[in-house]
Amino acid sequence: MIVQWLRKNLFRSALDSIVTVVVGALSIFALYRLLRFVFVTGRWDVVRTNLGLYMTGSWPAEQLTRLSTVVVALAFLGGLAGGFAARQGDDSDDSEVEPDERSLLARAGSLLLRLWPAVLTVGLLLSLTSTIGPWILVAGVIAAVIIGRFLGARIPARTSPPVVVGILMLALASIWYLNAGVSWNNWGGLVLNLFLAAFSIALCFPIGVLLALGRRSEFPIIRGVSTVYIELFRGVPLIALLLMASVALGFFVPQSLAPGNVVRAIVIFVLFTSAYVAEIVRGGLQSIPKGQIEAGKANGLSPIPITTRIVLPQAIRNVIPALVGQFISLFKDTTLAGAAFSFTDLLSSAEASTAQDAFRGQGLIAETLMFVLLLFWAGSYVMSQESQRLETRLGVGQR
Amino acid sequence: MSQVVAATKPPFWRDVKTLAWAFQLAVLGLFIAIVAVLVNNVRVNSTNQGIPTGFGFLDQPAGFPIPANDFRTSQPVREAVVEGVLNTLRVVIVGIVLATLLGVAVGIGRLSGNWLIRNITRVYVEVIRNVPLLGIVIFTYLAAVLSMPRVDESWTLGSFAIANVRGMSVPWFTGSGLMLWLVAIVAGAVGYGLYRWRQSVMNATGEPARALWWSLPAFALILFWGAVLVGIGVSGPSIDGRSVSGGITMQPEYFALLVALVLYTASHIAEIFRGSIQAVPQGQGEAASAMALSGWQRMRYVVLPQALRIALPPLGNQYLNLMKNSSLGFAISYFELTKVTTTAIGNRAPAVPAFMMLMLLYLIASLILSAIVNVFNRRMAIQQ
Repeated sequence: MIVQWLRKNLFRSALDSIVTVVVGALSIFALYRLLRFVFVTGRWDVVRTNLGLYMTGSWPAEQLTRLSTVVVALAFLGGLAGGFAARQGDDSDDSEVEPDERSLLARAGSLLLRLWPAVLTVGLLLSLTSTIGPWILVAGVIAAVIIGRFLGARIPARTSPPVVVGILMLALASIWYLNAGVSWNNWGGLVLNLFLAAFSIALCFPIGVLLALGRRSEFPIIRGVSTVYIELFRGVPLIALLLMASVALGFFVPQSLAPGNVVRAIVIFVLFTSAYVAEIVRGGLQSIPKGQIEAGKANGLSPIPITTRIVLPQAIRNVIPALVGQFISLFKDTTLAGAAFSFTDLLSSAEASTAQDAFRGQGLIAETLMFVLLLFWAGSYVMSQESQRLETRLGVGQR
Repeated sequence: MSQVVAATKPPFWRDVKTLAWAFQLAVLGLFIAIVAVLVNNVRVNSTNQGIPTGFGFLDQPAGFPIPANDFRTSQPVREAVVEGVLNTLRVVIVGIVLATLLGVAVGIGRLSGNWLIRNITRVYVEVIRNVPLLGIVIFTYLAAVLSMPRVDESWTLGSFAIANVRGMSVPWFTGSGLMLWLVAIVAGAVGYGLYRWRQSVMNATGEPARALWWSLPAFALILFWGAVLVGIGVSGPSIDGRSVSGGITMQPEYFALLVALVLYTASHIAEIFRGSIQAVPQGQGEAASAMALSGWQRMRYVVLPQALRIALPPLGNQYLNLMKNSSLGFAISYFELTKVTTTAIGNRAPAVPAFMMLMLLYLIASLILSAIVNVFNRRMAIQQ
């Protein structure tokens, strides 16, 4: 059995065997070097000391409760939205998705397996902390997600607009509450990266959809304006735009209105990403057969309901993986704001922590960068895996 | 009792055509108004602070040096920008070639029958694709390149490569660059001619073309003897006390940026090629096997040409991305276009026109690159 497998997969021919042996030796050596670095030669004190810096920047300790409250509240809202969406899916679809008959424990187990990079990273973070606070926070988040999910599945379906608006308003309110404690210009670390990404995503999505509709419009002027906007922003590098915002945005508005750095970064992220979102959504729009629009007309719908109730839902469903991919790259690109505005975001705090008095000149950059990149990797990888799962569940390209 | 309603034209304020045009003009007016307000703000703010708004700064002395370059601080900004463009091109052109080679190799490896190759390439793609490029750039620069040994303790690979903290040295040509290009063009033309001739022989007579067996040796021979004739040699790098002499030395910033861009872009290109190869109908590969083509021939003559047709548009996007991502050289002080511009702004060049110039140059580069990709795209498209 094993021999057969080896034969088939590793030693099919003479050339195959040579390749296996050479590559195998090289990769064992590389793995050995990596493991030796992680467990033996790596000096991880700098990471342990600066864990707070990586997570929140220089967040004042007396305001940490506020942050924890907001994190738990957002987790609750996320669970609520998830549960509600699942409920909606069950009700409105006569789809062939079979209801999950497995036991609660089995479902929790498969969830853990699916999210293993995130679970691993959170475990690593907890093992590095010295206080009880993070443990309570993680427990609170898990509890909030479960309760939210449970309650969300019990909100009556067909009340989408008020529920969605309510969840968004509560999310905004929690950001306002956080900003009232510590101004967002002083945020840092992973919190800043996540905030920039989430806020920009929420804003750029509607603009991107409008631009996509504009570019497909029958009206030549609308089409022209949208096309110029999209091509302009897709033709220049994001870092150049961010640098321009940090140095020159003040020139484009009256002096008294010059915004703070976080607002500048968000403005650029939204302007830039909405152009990419527009191109993705345009692809989705092109995939909708003309018959759908004609059927809408035949039913006596006017153009706006045809767009919002027939075309857009199908178009966006078709491009969900591409949209998630774009949002992942936005999450990764928030590091560029750190370089352009000298924020202490996650990546630049990795550099900054090696310049502290206790750690200066010891060549610790490899340790801190690896740790920080692991956090980015876990987040992006989980998101991309989940988007692929969503794609199969929605049956993209199959109906 | 029904009444026939006469088909009258609606009054013009309820005519759909009028409304549509009014709406469009309103949008256009809004767009122009926004641009006008922005331009006016720039004008007012610049006048208030006594900053020029024109492009006159291009003729002022730059006031900053460019590392590893004989650019003098008294030369005008215009020439610094040209140097920046050249540095960008250096990293982009080499990067595109290397990233394509690595990406195709990894993409094929992802579909290999060998379990080890399949999974190593998969780990590579999944790791590199999901971390920020800026992180990779800083990693290759600070953690990898700058922790290389001092010059007198360099890592050497004979006289093929010398790596130390000053950069990476590889063999390079000595003598006139122009003559070398001439020889290379002649050799390339002869090689290409032989290739086409063998193919036409195959098409006419059916005897095996073996086109590469003819053209590659001819190319290599002409290149070699031509280079010898016009007095071009190759010098390998060697350690000469405290510095490296001979060959060509890539500065650490260039080397780090190049490696990071190639690794990152190749991981995306690999996924594009994997998807395209999988999109070629299975029957094609099976037909090739039925015709007794070898594995290599099946890939080279049947699968890859069809996969390339699918892969080309997203591949072009990746090349554009690589070009735009080269601006991350800014973060490690590689003096490409963005770094030159921001340095010029730091040396009292006015910010708004300088950034306008920067954006314009990137836009032009994007347009040229996508025009090139489009030409290839049209040639690859199915002829009907």
